[in-house]
Amino acid sequence: MKNRKLLLENVHIPGIETFDVYRKNGGYRSVEKALKTMTPDEVVEEVKKSGLRGRGGAGFPTGLKWSFLAKPEGVPRYLVCNADESEPGTFKDRYLMEKVPHLLVEGMITSSFALGANTSFIYIRGEFMYILHILEKAIAEAYANGFLGKNILGTGYDLDLKVAPGGGAYICGEETALLESLEGKRGNPRMKPPFPAVKGLWGCPTVVNNVESIAAVVPIVNEGGDAYAQTGLGKSSGTKLISASGNLVRPGVYEIEMGITVEEFIYGDDYCRGIANGKKLKACVPGGSSVPILPHYLVTKTAAGEDRLMTYESLADGGFASGSMLGSGGFIVFDEDQCIVRNTWNFARFYAHESCGQCSPCREGTGWMEKVLNRLEHGQGNMRDIALLEEINKKIEGNTICPLGDAAAWPVAAAIRHFRDEFEWHVNEREISQKRNYGLITQPSVEA
Amino acid sequence: MIKVTIDDIEIEVEPGTSILNAARKAGGEIVPPAMCYYSKLPGTGGKCRTCLVEVAAGSTADPRPMPKLVASCSTLVMDGMIVKNKTSQRVHDNRGGVVEFLLINHPLDCPVCDQAGECHLQDLGYEHGSSKTRYEEERRTFDPIDIGDKIKLHMNRCILCYRCVEVAKQLTEKRVHGVLHRGDHAEISTYIENAIDNDFSGNMIDVCPVGALTDKTFRFKSRVWFLKPMEAERSCTKCSGKAVVWMFGKEIYRVTGRKDQYGEIETIDDKTAWICNECRFEKKDANDWNILGPRTINRHSVISQGKYKTNMTRRIKKLD
Repeated sequence: MKNRKLLLENVHIPGIETFDVYRKNGGYRSVEKALKTMTPDEVVEEVKKSGLRGRGGAGFPTGLKWSFLAKPEGVPRYLVCNADESEPGTFKDRYLMEKVPHLLVEGMITSSFALGANTSFIYIRGEFMYILHILEKAIAEAYANGFLGKNILGTGYDLDLKVAPGGGAYICGEETALLESLEGKRGNPRMKPPFPAVKGLWGCPTVVNNVESIAAVVPIVNEGGDAYAQTGLGKSSGTKLISASGNLVRPGVYEIEMGITVEEFIYGDDYCRGIANGKKLKACVPGGSSVPILPHYLVTKTAAGEDRLMTYESLADGGFASGSMLGSGGFIVFDEDQCIVRNTWNFARFYAHESCGQCSPCREGTGWMEKVLNRLEHGQGNMRDIALLEEINKKIEGNTICPLGDAAAWPVAAAIRHFRDEFEWHVNEREISQKRNYGLITQPSVEA
Repeated sequence: MIKVTIDDIEIEVEPGTSILNAARKAGGEIVPPAMCYYSKLPGTGGKCRTCLVEVAAGSTADPRPMPKLVASCSTLVMDGMIVKNKTSQRVHDNRGGVVEFLLINHPLDCPVCDQAGECHLQDLGYEHGSSKTRYEEERRTFDPIDIGDKIKLHMNRCILCYRCVEVAKQLTEKRVHGVLHRGDHAEISTYIENAIDNDFSGNMIDVCPVGALTDKTFRFKSRVWFLKPMEAERSCTKCSGKAVVWMFGKEIYRVTGRKDQYGEIETIDDKTAWICNECRFEKKDANDWNILGPRTINRHSVISQGKYKTNMTRRIKKLD
């Protein structure tokens, strides 16, 4: 499969972060095309046709999300870009904003036009302060060249674009918590319904989209939705940025055309070039820390023995029993020397720290799991702790206000599901488990 | 009017009513417990997750069941909705899970807690709790602090229901207190201790479902079940002056608002009868009050004879 690049095509051109170079290389064409030759509804229609799915993790169709936006008379509408990228293992938005800030600005203008928003925001993670400066510089250049402000390109469309930094809380990546934070309040997720499409920022209809989703609107408008839908595979249309990390020869951010095999992505010469130091693959978290971990025998093949592909559908094949999720594309690879218990504890520690503390199952449950896993990892655990973890998981999952509870429960549940032997080894061989790692797990024999 | 069925009981309510309020309209066993929702304080609810119920059918128009359990306090009823509370094993299990979560970091210092006897968490633990804990870790602890000169905050006992935050936001002039930090290390606090000085802050004590906020003029004076609650009133320029005085002989030990069976301040003459700090903390002489007669004791109190009996008989039946 030929690998097309739609977002990072020009990333290696020197000076692409400046307006002039970006414009010379075909930048801002989508703004001209949309504002001068299309109606807002036509732009929405193209995005629907493209089959673009939200790149923030949930994979909800972007066009459909846009069409839910309420449009009452005399009430402003807002577009908010979610640049609060803080999922462990995910660093694609940072790369995109750092290298091609104008792509995001261009996407914001075109998308805001489609939604009828006259003020739009980029909510950026507080730790990305240096990127905030990059974006502000790009926005200032866009204002100076008449792509932002009053009467853009003489079409009568006005747009103000602002960048707002958060305080660095993971929870503010949840769209309603993000809106609370943007309003200047404590970043606690809101009760839904009402959804932001009806009552969002300051009670007005709001669309919240991931950086990569908004950037993808640019090629969609340039090429047309149908042409975009030709890229990729089936319902997983287009390209996806994958943040590959862990024990790989060549980790980094890759733009892939969806539909390549996982095997090619890990071992292919164009991509990660295999596991570092000649080690063997032990496990893989394909979509950021929240999604279920897969053991080596389920990474490149599905439970049915088919090739696993880098698509929303194929990675989710088998449900949570033998599949995972594409999520935000945070592709973390573990080699045979890594300890799954330790890694699970590490993830649990993150969620316990980042839980907002609003609803009881998540506030208490994440902290409890972290403490139990801490004991297991450090040779203080008992067999009943493994059962207890499964119990806590079930009581958190689905019972919380926002998906953070689920995101905290899934990785622990999946680790125990696939690596139970390793957890039990930590209990049975307390002293040895402090000195060396368990190594590869064996594939359970399939019983007829 | 729309129709909703909760535990096989059909109820007619106005559109826009929550499942919890529909259940309260029918009353009795089908009412889910609520630790954070407080009908008199808009914006509360949805947090504690004890009121989770199962929606077996969404509405007549769309009779599909809802996949997740929903918070009954913040989910609105639809025409033809079928809700399961007591009749659902799933609700029972998950509510038990929530109660366990609420208790893992709770100090269980009921023998020295002023709220004992009228604590919602005690009731909830009694009905859904397990007889032993599975929590082997150290509980999180905080030092008690003062919220103004009359209120003590024991953060250890707090379940972060946010009710007092809403009192601070809605009843007092300034937003004087809120939540610091995140997750299980989150705490209710004022930015400057002792800084709270306004007439209605004492209502935080009444809305607190546990013993986190207690009345410093009453702390350790007596157990509530030794006191006799009397309805009383006085003419007050700041508030309704309608309160409950808790007496031992002829002495008034404490003053609280009049709470209904759900532990919420009653509505009197179309207004929520919040009481001011002067009535609550300073009028402790029987001559200050016009005492109207004994208060019917609400559901949330072990001093209620009826409550003791029903619970005990239920337990005995279970043992048989």
